[in-house]
This record gives sequence, C-alpha cells and structure tokens, in this order.
Amino acid sequence: MSDTATAHQASGAAAPRRSPTALPRSFVWTRRIVLTLLAVFTATPLYVMVSSSLKPLEEVSGTFRWIPAELTLEPYRDIWRTVPLGRYFLNSLIVSASATACSVVVAVFAAYAVSRYRFRGRQVFTVTVLSTQMFPGILFLLPLFLLFVNVGNATGLALYGSRGALILTYMTFTLPLSIWMLAGYFASIPRDLDEAALVDGCGPLGALFRVLIPAAVPGIIAVTVYSFMTAWGEVLFASVMTNDATRTLSIGLQGYATRTEVYWNQVMAASLVVSVPVVAGFLLLQRYLVAGLTAGAVK
Amino acid sequence: MTAHSAPRTPAPAAGDTARGPTRTAADRTPAPAPGRRSAAPGAPAPSGTRRPAAGSPLRDRVRSAGLPYLLLLPALALELLIHLVPMATGIVMAFKDLTQEYISDWSAAPWAGLDNFRVAVDVDAPVGEALLRSFAVTCGFTVLAVGLSWLLGVTAAILMQDAFRGRGLLRALFLTPYALPVYAAVITWSFLLQHDNGLLNHVLHDQLGLTDGKPFWLVGDNSFVALLLVAVWRTWPFAFLLLTAALQNVSADLYEASALDGAGMWRQIRHITLPALRPVNQVLVLVLFLWTFNDFNVPFVLFGKSAPQSADLVSLHIYQSSFVTWDFGAGSAMSVLLLLFLLLVTAGYLLLTSRGRGSADV
Repeated sequence: MSDTATAHQASGAAAPRRSPTALPRSFVWTRRIVLTLLAVFTATPLYVMVSSSLKPLEEVSGTFRWIPAELTLEPYRDIWRTVPLGRYFLNSLIVSASATACSVVVAVFAAYAVSRYRFRGRQVFTVTVLSTQMFPGILFLLPLFLLFVNVGNATGLALYGSRGALILTYMTFTLPLSIWMLAGYFASIPRDLDEAALVDGCGPLGALFRVLIPAAVPGIIAVTVYSFMTAWGEVLFASVMTNDATRTLSIGLQGYATRTEVYWNQVMAASLVVSVPVVAGFLLLQRYLVAGLTAGAVK
Repeated sequence: MTAHSAPRTPAPAAGDTARGPTRTAADRTPAPAPGRRSAAPGAPAPSGTRRPAAGSPLRDRVRSAGLPYLLLLPALALELLIHLVPMATGIVMAFKDLTQEYISDWSAAPWAGLDNFRVAVDVDAPVGEALLRSFAVTCGFTVLAVGLSWLLGVTAAILMQDAFRGRGLLRALFLTPYALPVYAAVITWSFLLQHDNGLLNHVLHDQLGLTDGKPFWLVGDNSFVALLLVAVWRTWPFAFLLLTAALQNVSADLYEASALDGAGMWRQIRHITLPALRPVNQVLVLVLFLWTFNDFNVPFVLFGKSAPQSADLVSLHIYQSSFVTWDFGAGSAMSVLLLLFLLLVTAGYLLLTSRGRGSADV
C-alpha cells in the first residue's frame, strides 16, 4: 500500500528508476526488515540521550528505564551552573568559526590556482596537501605542543593554551580538507565559464570573484559546514592545548563527572544542547555537502 | 545537485589532458625553432588560444607564471607553519632523548640516535611489546570497523535507492550520528554501556536474560566490542552518505534496459549497482581506513587517557606515552613509525586500485 502511494508521488517528481510494481516481494521485505533494524540501532542512543536529559538524577543513577517515570527540565537549567558551559560554548564557537573561516578563504585561492593553472610544483603541492590530510593528528600534536611552549618561553607570548594557538592547530585538519574539497569542486565547474570572463577583460582575480566563486557557492557552503563540524567535534588538540579559560566543549563536558558521581541527566542535556546547532545545520545543508564531497572524491 | 556535477566532471578532466599536450607542444617548439624556422610561426598559435587576453605576450606570460604562486602563498605559508615545520620537528624529536625536563627547551635535549626506535620496536621489552599489541588491536579494529561500516552503508544505500514513504526522514535519522559532535555521541554511548545504570546491560540481563550477570563493557576484554560498536555506529552513516550520492549518478537507462532484458531486481543490484559504485568504494575504503586507524576521539572519550589493553588504539597509545608518561622522544619515534606504515599502506592501496582500474578500462 505504502509503495504504490509513493510511486505516484515519485513519478510526479521525477522519472522512476524502475517500475514500482516490478519491486519483488523479497526485496520489499528485505528492505523493511533491514531498515527497521538499522533505524533501531541508530535511534536508540539518540532516544536515550533525549529521554535521559529529561529525567531527575535519581532515575538516571538507578536501573535504566525506557519510559521516564517523571519528566523534568531541571537538567537543562543546571547544566549552565555545574560547569561554565556558556564559556565553553563560546570558546568552541570562536575557535571553530575562526579556523573554518581562515581555512576556507585561504583554500579558495589555493584551489583556484591548483584547478585552473598548470605550474611547476603543482603536483608536489597537491600531494603534500592530500597526504597531510591522512596523517594522524597525534603526529602534529607533539611537535606543535613543544613549539608553542618553546616559542612562548622565548618570546614571552602566552601561546600555549591561547585561542590563537588552538585555531592554528585546528587548521592542521581544516585547511587540507578545504583545499582538497574546493579544488575538486572548482574542477567540476566548466572552464569555459571563467575563461569567458578572461576574454571579456576580467583579470584572473576578477574571474575568480565574479564568476568562479558565485558558481561554487554550494561547494563553499559544503566545505564550510564540513570544516566547522569537524572542528566543533575535535577532541585531541583541545585535550592538550587548552587551559581553564580557553577550554572547549569537547573537554568541558567531562566536568559533569565528579569524583563521586556522574550527573548523567546533565551530561545528556548538555550533549543535546551542543549537538542541536550542528546537526540542524548539517541536515539542512547536507545536499551541498554531498555535492562537495563527491566532487572532491571523484576528482 | 550531484546529478549536475556528475556529467560535468569528465569535461574539465578532458580539458586538462587536452591542455597539457598543447602547452608542452608550445613550450617545446621554440627549442628546435632555430634550425627550422618554419616551425616558429606555429608556436604562438597554441599559446594564443591558451590565454586569449590582450597585451604583450611576454608580460602576460610572466604574470600568469607568477600568479599561481601568489594565489598559493597564504596556503603555502600555513602549510609550512602547521604541517611541514611540525613534521620536521617531530622527526628530529624522535632522535632525541626528550623527557619531561626538556619541555621548556626541547632543542637542549641530548641526542639519542636510534634509541627511541630501538625501544619502540623491541618486542621483548615492555614498551615495544605494548606498542606491538596496540598496533595489532588497531589493525583488527580497523578491518572490522571499516568492513562493517561499509557493509551497513552499502546495504542501506541500495535499499533506499528507490523512493518509498518516509525515505527522507529515515535518511535524516541515519545521517544524524555522523553529524553529532563526536564527544556528545561517545559520551551518550558510554552512558549506554555503564555497568549498573546502562541500557545495554538492562536489555541484555534484565529484559532478555541473555547474560548471567551484568558484564563490564568499558573495562577488560569487552571494551573491544564496545569500541567497535560505537565506531561503527558513528562511521557507517558516512559510507551511506557517499554511496547514496554515488547511486544518484547511475543512469536510469541501465536499469530500464536490463529490466527489458528480463533482469530481476537482485541481478540488477549485482550487475549494475555494485559495479557502478566501484570508483567511489575505492576512495571510501581508503578514507575510512585512514580515519579509523588514526582515530583518537572515540577511545579517548570512551576510556579516558588510558584505554584497556584490548581497546588500546595506536593514537591513544602514543598520546599516553607522550602526555601521561611524558616521554616525547618515544612518542615521536612511534609517530614516525606510524607515519611510515600509513604511507606504505596508502601507496600500496593506490597502486593496487589504479592498476585494477587500468585493467578494467582496457
């Protein structure tokens, strides 16, 4: 019943890939069973996150219950007091947004050069960028930590623990990612477009700003979302490179565990609060993300 | 979106190859030109089509030669600052006896030669033995996690290729674990995996009666299972996302033609859908491998600074040797070894897949 109903909708929107009546029973049943199992697997932790964030502390500390005995919004009030969540939130926002913005701006120029010009060293550059992306973060963490400490000692600048230093370390992963994705996206835009601008008397930068960048808006959105998401979830650098004042959410959330007790309802409430903005942004913009990712991957 | 970019992609690629020879031809012709003057007039023509802007050709050439480097300058400077200098520093550090005392001035640390590496690979001593075990755990974990994530991703992508009621909602649900910040997701899992008040033990013991008591999931041998579960939960949506996009590019004609020839659904999946996914699969598996192998976030949030032996992934292991034991020299040596391993595997994989692709074309 449901299949025939959607078949009409689908044929209205776009040509159906296969005639829906041709879907064999075995396929339809496999689909129902497998997708149900996958949905349960995916949704269970999400349900636990939401339901536990509405439970009083006694309930989350005892045996697990699927249906909350009592609903309360207290955890959502308390999360801001137990730890300075607002400050962590702000730190995460500043660091992630700055790292993303810097990376995307720098990457636009680099991707333009790589995708539109043939020059000596181009191959070396792209290979370097690509390979640094695959290196483990731990590889850069140790030296960057020591370099920041040493340069700080030598110059008196408080580099280690500062937001600026953290932004720089976040760029170790946001920058190659942005260059790689944008270069792929630019390559998927027909050259005729910006070459026509050159013929019409635009300089190379004019062609970039007036033609290529507007044409690449979906790709730029994708890169921005993706970089921001990655930075927002970063744990490794934050665990070493931050101090009390600059701590980000990834480490700050551990503050809900005291020596004697873990405030699980608050942990879940806080997790939800820090997740909602990125998840919403991701789901809204995911079609762009897919376009950007595949352009980068297929290239 | 992707349906648009797909047919476009080959176009610039073809332009590249068309452009490459044109350019080299233009560059080469001047060389034999003194001998054969007749070749010279031919030379400006290709370069003229290449950059049709007005102005003196010489100034044009200088400008267009310098421009790419100018555009790259910020990226180059940053790459140097955040990747190349730290990497070089890391390699130097691996040859030094860099203990806690030298944190304030690492260059003052005495040279250790190959000692750090010797300690790291000496499997009879505690450090080397622990590293080897951690490496083995990571390999097993990576193979299982990548395999399972890919399997779930490809299954869901294929099953959701056709429209059905609720597909959009299901898609959003499936993608959510990937969009969640890793620590929020993993913290939630660590709550599910708690011994006394976790959901998993409640279901397994209280509701289904499958286990005798309530097992510990975050200590001991079970932690490998716990780690795998969380990693697959987080990773498979990415496979799903990429493969779904790839499926949008499979031409509907292929399905129609094969349906006319009497191919059933399952045969279509085997002979059209799966082969069409091959190029994306190759990239996907490599990316998943690198992410999973290097993963630090999941074990760190799940277990803290030191994981149980059965779930001690290499990244966390190096972190622990460096920032808990404060032996940076050993940590750097391990990082360099890890890097060499990843380079080898990636190069091997790329060689293998590009050869496979080449023979498929022929």
